[in-house]
Amino acid sequence: MSLTMNAQDAIANVATKPETPVRRSRWMALSGNRNFQAIWFMLPAVAFLILFLAYPLAYGVWLSFTDTRMGSPGEFIGIGNYIWLIDDPVFIIAVMNTLIFTAGASIFKFVIGFYLAILLNKRLPFKALIRAVVLLPWIVPTALSAIAFWWILDSQFSVISWSLKSLGLIDHNINFLGDRDLARASVIFANVWRGIPFIAITLLAGLQTVPASLYEAATIDGASSWQMFRRITYPMLTPIIAVVMTFSVLFTFTEFQLIWVLTRGGPANATDLMATLSYQRAILGGQLGEGSAIAVAMIPFLLGAIMISWFGLQRQKWQQGNDQ
Amino acid sequence: MTLDRRTFLTGAAAVGVAASTDLLSFAKAWAATNSWKPEAGSELRITRWRRYLEAEDKAFMAITEAFTKATGTKITVVSENWDDIQPKASVAVNVGSGPDMFWGLFSLPHLFPDHAVDVTDVADYLGGKYGGWIGASSTFGRSGDKWICIPVAVNGNYINYRISAVKKAGFSEFPTTNAAFLELCKALKANNTPAGLPLGRATADANAWLHWALWSHNASLVDEKGKVIIDAPETADALRYVKALYETFLPGTASWLDPTNNAAFAAGECYLTNNGCSIYQNALAQSKVPEGADAGAKEQAAKMAALAADMDHAVYPIGVAGKPTELQLAFPLVAFKYTKYPQACKAFMAFLMEANQMNPWLESSRGYLTQTLNAYDSNPVWTSDPKIKIFREATARSLWPGFRGALDRRAAAALADFIIVDMFASVATGRSNEKEAMANAARSAQRIYR
Repeated sequence: MSLTMNAQDAIANVATKPETPVRRSRWMALSGNRNFQAIWFMLPAVAFLILFLAYPLAYGVWLSFTDTRMGSPGEFIGIGNYIWLIDDPVFIIAVMNTLIFTAGASIFKFVIGFYLAILLNKRLPFKALIRAVVLLPWIVPTALSAIAFWWILDSQFSVISWSLKSLGLIDHNINFLGDRDLARASVIFANVWRGIPFIAITLLAGLQTVPASLYEAATIDGASSWQMFRRITYPMLTPIIAVVMTFSVLFTFTEFQLIWVLTRGGPANATDLMATLSYQRAILGGQLGEGSAIAVAMIPFLLGAIMISWFGLQRQKWQQGNDQ
Repeated sequence: MTLDRRTFLTGAAAVGVAASTDLLSFAKAWAATNSWKPEAGSELRITRWRRYLEAEDKAFMAITEAFTKATGTKITVVSENWDDIQPKASVAVNVGSGPDMFWGLFSLPHLFPDHAVDVTDVADYLGGKYGGWIGASSTFGRSGDKWICIPVAVNGNYINYRISAVKKAGFSEFPTTNAAFLELCKALKANNTPAGLPLGRATADANAWLHWALWSHNASLVDEKGKVIIDAPETADALRYVKALYETFLPGTASWLDPTNNAAFAAGECYLTNNGCSIYQNALAQSKVPEGADAGAKEQAAKMAALAADMDHAVYPIGVAGKPTELQLAFPLVAFKYTKYPQACKAFMAFLMEANQMNPWLESSRGYLTQTLNAYDSNPVWTSDPKIKIFREATARSLWPGFRGALDRRAAAALADFIIVDMFASVATGRSNEKEAMANAARSAQRIYR
């Protein structure tokens, strides 16, 4: 095996053992180098990431600059797809829907999830069991829970409509998925239901790291429970909130299965998200280039979400006096 | 009715095939003489749409088993939800590997005409032997001069209605004009026995009736040369007509997918919809009381019997176009070029369409499948029950996706993109007005037809 330049550099970096009595071969020196070993241990993971993450992503970005169709190679057309999409009312609707969906669902998930975490953090009988039950919506595969929601929200056989009708509160079925606004609210509701456990359980883990002594001190100082929440719980949890909400926003922004099972993006594109529109155009419509462009257009939004939480985190470190 | 020896014989005799009483012995004799010899050691994988009728599926499996025994070619059939066939075919074509054959919907093979095995010889053989291809089936099968798939059958999609509700609405006969049809739907709503036709992305049902609505007003997506002409006064008329119909429907039809109207009709929530005859046939099948049934099962069976007795089918009304303007659901069988066994694929296509297989299959599907070859017009299924008689003409009355223009990749892409369905849905639900909706549809279509 011949040594590469990098390997030689690596040797140079670790040439800190001048008094070695026996002159060791370069290979020996190299193989004893922990950094060199580390590279080999990381290789599988790097290969995996390149193969399944970086390559598809780069390929998707490349496709978005071509007019590739299903089954036939395309030509480079520059930003042609993007120019087309900016003018496309359906794409604009999908972007707006995605933003509304993400914002709406994330806010509800956060508020309810946080509240649930605080409740679960209190002394409760059967605590472990209840915590396990809370996780259920998150454990059930999305496709399954989406089918359950499909029946719950069905235009004819909805259990909600049936119950309200039986109680005499309404006289006709609620048009959950056929009405534009109700359909949007319905898919947000289903997403919130599914996403709450993740937030609740993670924030619960965070809550348990808050030292009880802080609350004891606050109690002695006569702080109200709101003040304790505002001045102790919330600031102590902010780093975890930032991480959890970043994940939550990313998951929500890229939602696909739920929408596809419930509405296919209908009625009349009212619930089309960027992910569903991308699939519709690329896989069903066969316009791979255009579909990729829609998917790539999601990246700036996702980066934005990550940046916001990143800087949120930085600020938090400083607040806690950790700004080295 | 189950497929037994007698019905099989009747079917075979009806088209004058030498009465070979046994599927297998016919298959063996056929394999010895057929022009397409399956490659040694060939194995075929077929992805088909998941059945709506159990008997139809059983008959199809019997055919594949007979083929395997006669030719030694092993066949694996995978059933998929029919909306999943196209994405799977797309991926298979793009990566050049997957099931050898896809039995899909509408214009699926036309999305990838260059990737389909040329089956012109099979189509010519079948057409010559069985009295020629019916109506639009040769359009569904051909890309230019080449046959790229075998249009195995068509699923007739017609109006399903409750006889009592239509009578009560003041119609002794089912309306035959668009104007009378709207009046009927208004009357049905007034009687609280509403109609409901799907405006969601229901591949079969929404496409079927909305294309009828479009074409019956003399509008179309493109003209004969493939120029986009959807933004036109005729389209605006069609949009207004569908909006008026939508207002008479029960709530929720904008979210309906293919199975929704079946369930709503069977449950007695909806009294008129468009569908194949599967609602009727399933009701008939479920009206038989199984042995040792409890009271609940008997009650359910009686309910289904009453539904089957009170329902019938009607062809779509005629609009200003003055002639039938239907889009029926073709089921094309396509083999892709990546297959290692093109001869086996062709042999199976030919075998499937031979009278010995096709006749019992048509019978077992009870009108759900309509033939694409003239000789099968005399299949006894069409005289077995007056309520399914109209489905016999489904192939002959059908136009094709991209009508006025050719059925090609562009037409297939426009259909797959739900341009027509979304245009109607956006106006009916009030998301946009006619002008905006037409402009949007034209824009999307131009992108495909550029």
